[in-house]
Amino acid sequence: MLEFLNQIINGLSLGSIYALVALGYTMVYGIIRLINFAHGEIYMFGAFAGMLAITVLRLPFFLALIFAMVVSALLGVVIERVAYKPLRKSTKTAALITAIGISFLLQNVTAMVMGNNTSAFPQVFDQKVYDLGGIRINSLQILIFGVTIVLMFLLQFIVLKTKLGRAMRAVAVDKDASVLMGVNVDNTITITFAIGSALAAAAGVLIGLYHIRVVFWMGTAPGLKAFVAAVFGGIGSIPGAMIGGFAIGLMEALVAGYGGTMWSPYRDAVVYLLLIIVLLVKPSGLLGKNVKEKV
Amino acid sequence: MKKLLSLLVAFLVIGGLTACSSGSGEKVAETIKIGVNLELTGDVSVYGIPERNAFEQATAEINAAGGIDGKLVELVIYDNAYDQAKAVQNTEKLIEDGVVAILGSATSGMTLAIAPLAKDNGLVVFTPSGTNSAVTMDGTNVNPWAFRACFIDPFQGQVLANFASGDLGAKNAVVMVNSGSEYSKELARIFTEQFTANGGKVVETASYADADTDYKASLTSIATKSFEVLFVADYAKNAGLIIGQARSTAGLETVNIIGPDGFEDPALNDLAGGAQNVSNVFFSTHFSTLSNDQQVADFVKSHAAFTLEKYGKAEVPSALTALAYDAAYMLFKAIDNADSTDPAAIRDALEALEAFDGVTGDISFDKFHNAVKPAFLIELNNGVPVNATIVNP
Repeated sequence: MLEFLNQIINGLSLGSIYALVALGYTMVYGIIRLINFAHGEIYMFGAFAGMLAITVLRLPFFLALIFAMVVSALLGVVIERVAYKPLRKSTKTAALITAIGISFLLQNVTAMVMGNNTSAFPQVFDQKVYDLGGIRINSLQILIFGVTIVLMFLLQFIVLKTKLGRAMRAVAVDKDASVLMGVNVDNTITITFAIGSALAAAAGVLIGLYHIRVVFWMGTAPGLKAFVAAVFGGIGSIPGAMIGGFAIGLMEALVAGYGGTMWSPYRDAVVYLLLIIVLLVKPSGLLGKNVKEKV
Repeated sequence: MKKLLSLLVAFLVIGGLTACSSGSGEKVAETIKIGVNLELTGDVSVYGIPERNAFEQATAEINAAGGIDGKLVELVIYDNAYDQAKAVQNTEKLIEDGVVAILGSATSGMTLAIAPLAKDNGLVVFTPSGTNSAVTMDGTNVNPWAFRACFIDPFQGQVLANFASGDLGAKNAVVMVNSGSEYSKELARIFTEQFTANGGKVVETASYADADTDYKASLTSIATKSFEVLFVADYAKNAGLIIGQARSTAGLETVNIIGPDGFEDPALNDLAGGAQNVSNVFFSTHFSTLSNDQQVADFVKSHAAFTLEKYGKAEVPSALTALAYDAAYMLFKAIDNADSTDPAAIRDALEALEAFDGVTGDISFDKFHNAVKPAFLIELNNGVPVNATIVNP
């Protein structure tokens, strides 16, 4: 039983990361119906930015986290303006292929600049293990969970309580109508990209600290899993992405912890299997609205 | 195209001729010529040069002691520049020069290129350090003419199991295996067999995928078991992360972690999240100067003296130096035992060598001409090697 609770904690830590990345997928999809496959690379970029902020700029951890979020938000904005905005009137396929192209571009540029070897993420905290009656929590796991919860509350506040959030929700529902209501659609989309990218960067920095390493391809698998999380929760739904992220993290930890020699190496396959099942049974996801597309 | 080709051929022939004339071609009646085919320039000259130095030291020593059966040993050294074509060319030249056997190459790639040629011409090719399992093979059979002085990777599983049950006194072990790596799976299999044969029990085998970066779930599950040693059968890329994450998992903070020579990587400490996480960690390797074995200490001294005199710089022997030194002496011993310089007689005598007393331990060959010998178990404390124990297979 105690091991099970410990595995739940492992799963929640990993799930926090997926949830943060999934939020970016879901927000961008919600507002412009684009699956931004370059999102995993923003996460990777954020991890590198955080690492450089600590090693080169000598920033303390939380400033480095904010630095990585800001720089990645800017990168997200640049990508949106340069690559996606000119294609807004084109087919969805064109935008999707561009997103994949951007993903490769970011990976290769990073490999070129930072080298294609694994770099060690500086360990800025002494890891402590807290024992709560057998349940053992590592200080890094608390940090990851804490930062994630704070960012999620912040996001919910922005989306539900601010004018900007109202604009985002309005554009998501009906772009043309919101233009008529005086919403600056372009700026709203750009800000959505900035927020999504900042969240992914935070996830990148946290995972760098947790796994102690960064490498140029690190965004690919978590990016895909976060996408699965977003679909699982219902793409376009912010609470759905959060639930989806935690669900995927938990599932991975449980398969790895209890799968034995037989299943443990295939924990990723289990996650993708889940995607297939969700798409078959409830294509709109856990919290997704079943909106019929007008043809 | 044809013109270009003939130009190329002409160029190669001229190149070959000039190289030949610079090689030592003169005939001295009472010497035994041994060919050396090494990577002395190019990308991996750091492997070839120490091996050449070791060959030269061994030769100087045996000649100072009167040679083999009254004949002096003469090395014929060619550089293959880590180029397969050159390695083959060198071998052809060595055959023309009338050598009785070939020492080298340092890398598996070069040795693989020359082994078939040596076989066709009935000449021993003896690599000190080529670890690729195919090096001594001819398809699924052993290449009768190819030998190596080092053990192959999976063999370390056996030594590590002996170290775990003997030196560490472990009764229960947990094995972590990378399901995407043959190296890892072989090591884990052999470790488990030997550890069980020693009377121990592998209480859990945890698998992971090569690209995994999060081992927390597996480690949490492992921490609930009762065991004394954790065997991580992998390279530093994954093993470093596992060590780091184990040290922050309750119950695994100080458990003994052992691994193969894949741990021997400057990045290990960084990947483990800092040198402070890398204590109670042991790995096997071919040789270490940390050993307090008298023979090792003597070799370290004599090699420093030899290199200082010959090259003006005292070198500390590496694993490659030690393996090459042993390879040279094994070949000398084989020639001595054969009482002949006939290549076939030398081959038979080399194959028959048993428990040869070298600086890297007592060496014999298995049926695939891989060395069966002890390994050096290095202990890391705060990321620094502090101790080396010689463990027999």
